Amino acid sequence: MQSNWYQSHKIDSEKPPIMLKISKLHKSYPIGDSSLHVLKGIDLSVEEGEMVAIMGSSGSGKSTLLNIIGMLDELDEGEYVLDNVPIVNLTEKKAAIYRNKFLGFIFQSFNLISYKNALENVGLPLYYQGLKRSERVEKALFHLEKVGLKAWAKHLPNELSGGQKQRVAIARALAANPKLLLADEPTGALDTKTSHEIMDFIQSLNDEGKTILMVTHEEDIANMCKRIVRLKDGVIMEDVKIEQVRASQYV
Amino acid sequence: MFDLDLWREIFQSINMNRTRSLLSGFTVTFAILLFAILFGIANGLGNTFAEGFVDDASNAIFINSGRTTKASNGLQAGRRIQFKNEDFDYLKNEFGDKVQYITARIYQNVNASYKNENNNYTVRACHPDHKYLENTLITEGRFINQLDLNEKKKVAVIGRLVEEDLFLKTSALGKFINLNGIQYKVVGIFKDDGGDNEERMIYTPVTTAQQIYGNNDYLDQINLTYNPKMGYDEALGFSNTLTTKLKKRFQVAASDQRAIRVRNMAEGTKIVDQMTFGLGMIILVIGFGTLIAGVVGISNIMIFIVKERTKEIGIRKALGASPKSIVSIILIESVLITMIAGFLGLFIGMGVLELATPVLEDFFIKDPSVNTNHIVGATITLIVAGTIAGYLPAKKASQIKPIVALRDE
Repeated sequence: MQSNWYQSHKIDSEKPPIMLKISKLHKSYPIGDSSLHVLKGIDLSVEEGEMVAIMGSSGSGKSTLLNIIGMLDELDEGEYVLDNVPIVNLTEKKAAIYRNKFLGFIFQSFNLISYKNALENVGLPLYYQGLKRSERVEKALFHLEKVGLKAWAKHLPNELSGGQKQRVAIARALAANPKLLLADEPTGALDTKTSHEIMDFIQSLNDEGKTILMVTHEEDIANMCKRIVRLKDGVIMEDVKIEQVRASQYV
Repeated sequence: MFDLDLWREIFQSINMNRTRSLLSGFTVTFAILLFAILFGIANGLGNTFAEGFVDDASNAIFINSGRTTKASNGLQAGRRIQFKNEDFDYLKNEFGDKVQYITARIYQNVNASYKNENNNYTVRACHPDHKYLENTLITEGRFINQLDLNEKKKVAVIGRLVEEDLFLKTSALGKFINLNGIQYKVVGIFKDDGGDNEERMIYTPVTTAQQIYGNNDYLDQINLTYNPKMGYDEALGFSNTLTTKLKKRFQVAASDQRAIRVRNMAEGTKIVDQMTFGLGMIILVIGFGTLIAGVVGISNIMIFIVKERTKEIGIRKALGASPKSIVSIILIESVLITMIAGFLGLFIGMGVLELATPVLEDFFIKDPSVNTNHIVGATITLIVAGTIAGYLPAKKASQIKPIVALRDE
């Protein structure tokens, strides 16, 4: 109740600040002699606290868009401002610092490091922030507890189920306290029940105010977000706010 | 700064890929092992050579005389050249500063006895400088001195083994030894690294021998050491001048090789030095060749490792790993593997040499050890080698694009 009141109150009094703003974004990939124009002038603005699903068939450019937002890829043309910081002339070093400070990644295939246990995996972004080991362990444990896996801290990824792996990955994405969570098909490798559990958790993160951007091609997962952006052939076809379907009713 | 977490990362990664790390290190272990053994053997050979010359001062020149083989200045071939005291004085005065120590020698075989014990030995009658030329080590008493020479004293300095043979368990110092029926007082006992034969020598003053064995002023041999400040070439020039002057003095043909023979130890020393140097170079080339093969091996496997870990590196970069942190992980891993493997090889090599020393001594290889300097040198070499081995793979790793690495296959 209280969090609902807080959000509506906030919207009434002032517009929430812009988290990211993309304008006239173009991206093409060279294929042999010719090139493939993947994104053809994308304009997108996301406010703080939003939960956006980017949808589209394969080849629509949705993953490319997410990668550019995540600074894993570079844009050819256009502007990208993240949290009032214009992302230009990205060197490897600068990209590393921004990724570490601003962004948390959740992948379809979890991308946990196989020889590190859950605690070490969650602690990795903190390691790259230069935190001391004791602080890292403390923070990592806190986030593991948040995803309900504190008891599994010493387990290696291959000792965990798919849902548990994704929860470790979410804990890792949260560890550095990023401003923006980027999820690329976060439920793509999970069964329906586990998908709903993960979505329930992601929704609770959004309820706490975290801005979330996810790429999906599943209609029911997209409906659990608050806004759907549909891409087709590199352009935005539709951008609508929707009534969020709570995942908790399926759990 | 020492970064414990970095090391933890590296050890975790090496530990995770034990077989692969082991394999990549193997070539280096083998290279260093080979190098250590070869180096030890070369060292041992060098020691053997050096020992062959340690008996005498390495700057010694031995002058012997014989019969002339060529007629010269109206004198017939076959004339016997005999050195005398005046020749000794001539050399001493003529060359002055260039001569460090000088002594003459007269050889005489004697039957020596003390109480009921007797045996045959060689007497070497000499000047006081002789002990420097032969590296004679006095253990008791003193060596022959100038006073002995002036007064033609019947004193003897005997070798350790002479004392052992004749005086049994008692000290010979101050006792009288009978040499061919004449009593000599033992004034000193010596030992010599030149071996048992040297320690069976008896030294007496040269003047005493001249009086007793012929009542003349003949000398069998003149030995001297040149000023050690001279280099090889200077020393060889010196002995050439010396030969020419002596040949002129005795009216010997310049081309006569037998009448006056001058043997300069510098020649031998030079040859030994050159041989040891040559051997060292060959071993260095072999060692480095093998090490390069090892480095290439490690580099190859590290490139493979980077390929294998592309995804992991991509994940790390997505989580905020700087290119520098990726480079240092790969580089330090490479250096670490190289060093561990290298030292393993070094210690195995040292162990093998240690075990093989008794066997190797039969093959004229003495004390084939590897010393601290070599270990320090090896460490530096290994760090450099590891860095070279890791450079390319590390560069490759730092260029990995996370987007490519994270693409689901």
